[in-house]
Amino acid sequence: MRFLLSALAWILDPAHWAGPTGIGARLGEHLLYSLLALVLATVIALPLGLWIGHTGRGRAIAIGTSGALRALPSLGLLTFLAVALGVGINGALLPSTIVLAVLAAPPILAGAYAGVEGIDRDVVDGARATGFSERQIVTAVEMPLAAPMVLGGIRSATLQVIATATIAAYLGLGGLGRFILDGLPVRDYSQMLAGAVLVTVLALAIDGLLLLLQRSLVTAGVRAATGVET
Amino acid sequence: MIRFDHVHKRFPDGTVAVEDFSLEVPSHQVAVLLGSSGCGKTTLMRMVNRMVDPTSGSVWIDDDNVADLDPVALRRRIGYVMQSAGLLPHRTVADNVATVPVLEGSPRRAARRRALELLELVGLDPGIADRYPSQLSGGQRQRVGVARALAADPNILLMDEPFGAVDPVVRRDLQRELQRIQADLGKTILFVTHDVDEAFLLGSNVLVLRKGAEVAQSGEPSQIMAHPADDFVAEFIGGPRRRLHTETRDGVQAVIDAEGRVTGFVDQGAG
Repeated sequence: MRFLLSALAWILDPAHWAGPTGIGARLGEHLLYSLLALVLATVIALPLGLWIGHTGRGRAIAIGTSGALRALPSLGLLTFLAVALGVGINGALLPSTIVLAVLAAPPILAGAYAGVEGIDRDVVDGARATGFSERQIVTAVEMPLAAPMVLGGIRSATLQVIATATIAAYLGLGGLGRFILDGLPVRDYSQMLAGAVLVTVLALAIDGLLLLLQRSLVTAGVRAATGVET
Repeated sequence: MIRFDHVHKRFPDGTVAVEDFSLEVPSHQVAVLLGSSGCGKTTLMRMVNRMVDPTSGSVWIDDDNVADLDPVALRRRIGYVMQSAGLLPHRTVADNVATVPVLEGSPRRAARRRALELLELVGLDPGIADRYPSQLSGGQRQRVGVARALAADPNILLMDEPFGAVDPVVRRDLQRELQRIQADLGKTILFVTHDVDEAFLLGSNVLVLRKGAEVAQSGEPSQIMAHPADDFVAEFIGGPRRRLHTETRDGVQAVIDAEGRVTGFVDQGAG
């Protein structure tokens, strides 16, 4: 309790908020790293997941690969990539983005294909027989009906990425991980705990925002259709 | 006019759904494919709108071989009604009915007006236009399915056990409604069912199918009932249930089937 209070005091100290190494700047960096990784993961995993759900092909490979990706230790992968890619401190953003994207891709992929697979086959068959082209089936039938699951996958990925983006500091990047990493050698436990608290609060706050977004994006019709109370 | 010319269908897993089938359905007539599940009747029907392509043989609509037509364009000009209705659950009733006109580029307002007319045509209150399919009864959903199939005013309707999932009372309503609509619109209808009474009620031409879509007998309902081609047909259309005679019981003429059950009474006032 004493540690927590001193961490809170550390956070509330206005002196810790200002400047390029302050909490404000670190929050911005943390969000930027997370956003980059999420965009990269979504661009790859979302179309792939929708394609797997639509065609029913490649499902076994996708499950296997994403399971294996999940099992990769992020810190190990980060070190490996930093060395393998041969990028210095200045190029550290690339390996860190890849590592976080690897973490984000499986839930997005799973949300997309499970969302599409969960649609009543008669609905898709009826749409096709009525004269929807394959593209129209994907965009007008499968995507709206899978939307709650897709957004759920993105939410879950976001939570994990924000929590894990602390490792960017390990390569000399910024972000909230800085406080945790910098506090350790000088035994500044208040600062370390403050970093952890900030990451947690950020993750929860963003999750809340996404929940609101999910509610506004899922239309009344999709709610009626899927029975999802989001 | 729909014409099947020696079509054969073998699925990739080796199952032969259709052995060798030919049929001509004249325009404005209702042809019924009658058979138990797995006899290939649905596969046959889905060849007309290219939901299934035959392994060999061809299907013709008037003078066009459907294999030469774009499947999407073809499906838009053929009405399709399925057992589960297959409506889009995330769209309102009106949007579902207007599906094909909107796909074909009709302005929304015109499409909606047409949708409301169609709802009335199939015996629904246009007040349900803004509900979602999950808020309707099974019978209402089937009516919406019929309205959707009619929206682009197609010449051909394909109906795959459209009334199979509703209770008997609603089914009779829907069958009567279809007869009324057909009397007005005169579509060419290919109707698939395993319900003998439904087939005989709706079909001007009925084909009794056995496995592999082999035609056991085809003809008008009265011909099939009076002269079943073989034991399979006789059994399928009801067997002893259809062989009736009359006896006088308690002073009235009772109609008795071949197993001795009373199935009805002769109406003294009629004929």
